[in-house]
Amino acid sequence: MKKIKELVIISGKGGTGKTTLTSSFAYLMKNKIIVDADADAADMFILMKPKVKAEHKFKGKAVAVIDQKKCSSCGVCKKLCRFDAINVIDGKYSVNPVKCDSCTLCQIACPENAIEMEDQISGEWFESETPYGTMVHARLTPGAENSGNLVTMVKHRAHILSEENGIDYILVDGSPGVGCPVISTISGANFVVIVTEPTQSGIHDLRRVKKLCDSFKINSGVVVNKYDLNKDITNSIKQFAEDEEMPFLGLVPFDRCAIEALVNEKLAVEYCDNLKQPIKDIFDKAVEKL
Amino acid sequence: MKIAVASGKGGTGKTTISTLLAYAGEDMQYVDCDVEEPNGRIFLKPNIEETLEYTELVPKVNEDICTFCGKCSDACVYRALVVVGAVKKTMFFSELCHSCGVCKYVCPVENALIEVPKIKGKINIGKSGRIDFLEGVLNIGEASAVPLIRGLKKYISDEKTAILDSPPGTSCPVVETAEDADFIVLVTEPTPFGLNDLKLAVELTKDLKKPFGIIINKYDEDLRLIDDYAEREKIDILYRLKFSKEFAKVYSSGNLPFGSLKSDFKNILYKIKSQL
Repeated sequence: MKKIKELVIISGKGGTGKTTLTSSFAYLMKNKIIVDADADAADMFILMKPKVKAEHKFKGKAVAVIDQKKCSSCGVCKKLCRFDAINVIDGKYSVNPVKCDSCTLCQIACPENAIEMEDQISGEWFESETPYGTMVHARLTPGAENSGNLVTMVKHRAHILSEENGIDYILVDGSPGVGCPVISTISGANFVVIVTEPTQSGIHDLRRVKKLCDSFKINSGVVVNKYDLNKDITNSIKQFAEDEEMPFLGLVPFDRCAIEALVNEKLAVEYCDNLKQPIKDIFDKAVEKL
Repeated sequence: MKIAVASGKGGTGKTTISTLLAYAGEDMQYVDCDVEEPNGRIFLKPNIEETLEYTELVPKVNEDICTFCGKCSDACVYRALVVVGAVKKTMFFSELCHSCGVCKYVCPVENALIEVPKIKGKINIGKSGRIDFLEGVLNIGEASAVPLIRGLKKYISDEKTAILDSPPGTSCPVVETAEDADFIVLVTEPTPFGLNDLKLAVELTKDLKKPFGIIINKYDEDLRLIDDYAEREKIDILYRLKFSKEFAKVYSSGNLPFGSLKSDFKNILYKIKSQL
């Protein structure tokens, strides 16, 4: 059985052009499942135009709930809670569901057995058909815990769909940052494309996200988007890649056409003459690394 | 007064706006709550006066005293502890631990399981000109920003106006940053991605029941989608910062036109204060 290859696009810094690039890759790549792993602020659907075929509720963590009829206001729960999740108003104890970490310490310690854990729906995930292939995507409820479990769920589903349908590739659009959701996103990737921009902020965040990939022993390469906004910093990034023995996948010029494409809900690689070839070249280099 | 600067979408300009606000006001504190990728220091170039290690308690098992009863691992909802009684071994997975204290609480044998501090990040305290500078930096590989943000907020002074530069997104790190703010500034960009994520951020802000306003960064007169949305929803637009390649170039080198935008941003602070 042929092994499924997973290509993941992340950035460290937000706004560098991950979704713009991943959407263009979705156009270029045949035979793949698309995953929008940025459940916190999912945007791929705007360009991919999915028709939802299956919708699932995602059960996040359970939260503690205090039964007021049993509660004796002893305060032990508040004393023990490390997440500052127990509120007292006029002697009445209640749990703040946003702060509750579901550890169950209050439930275990409560002398009146007044605390129960209740399941919460913290988002939804979807399997959809798009003109570019099957897409698995998710939407976290604003304010929900972003533990990476929802990301793991959609990636897992994408793998199952790949196996069932004999599809060779999975293409994943990630989120900014280096925390749990990104860790779940890069986990299991064959190759990670880091999209950065030629700014001090971009370099700073690139270093951190490269370190993250290294700590999980995942190969990564770098793309500089909007490169001509600052060619000096672009060269610094090239040097960084060389020093880190990291594949340099290519440069994409700044072009207002990219915004026009987006506003018209078109893909940059189709719509923008100046961007077609650079994106294609980067795509070819990235696929070679898989 | 605490003003949180959030966005939904990454890269819209939270740090740009936050540092411009901090520069424009009197008695200001800039707090970089984007502990996964803190960038405020690039523009404010602070003199760091103090660095504190941020630690959380994690379990440590003394296998000489431990009876391998397994109560700790049964009680751990994060599956960070595994007890294999047959070979008298325990395993601890630090990256899964949330430092909740359940394991210590349920352990029936005195001193068999103690808690020891583990470094998860650091807090930098300093000054940038007249601005108090505070920053949290999460160690790479640590899963959650939330506890560090919580720890960082303890250093905010009530005597000053604090600008809380938030992480991107709308999930728990943003909630932790913004939940006790007096006002939330939502920074967006005039693109379909910007609008989509702004709607999510507005939903979150309304759930938190906070007064808020929008700043449109990289503004373009031909792209009216945010203006139209704000008009329909009757949301106040506090400011429009026009896109220019020159501005982008200055930003890219780690600088911002603090001086020339000071009076505009002083006005924004005044608008916010007068709403409260």
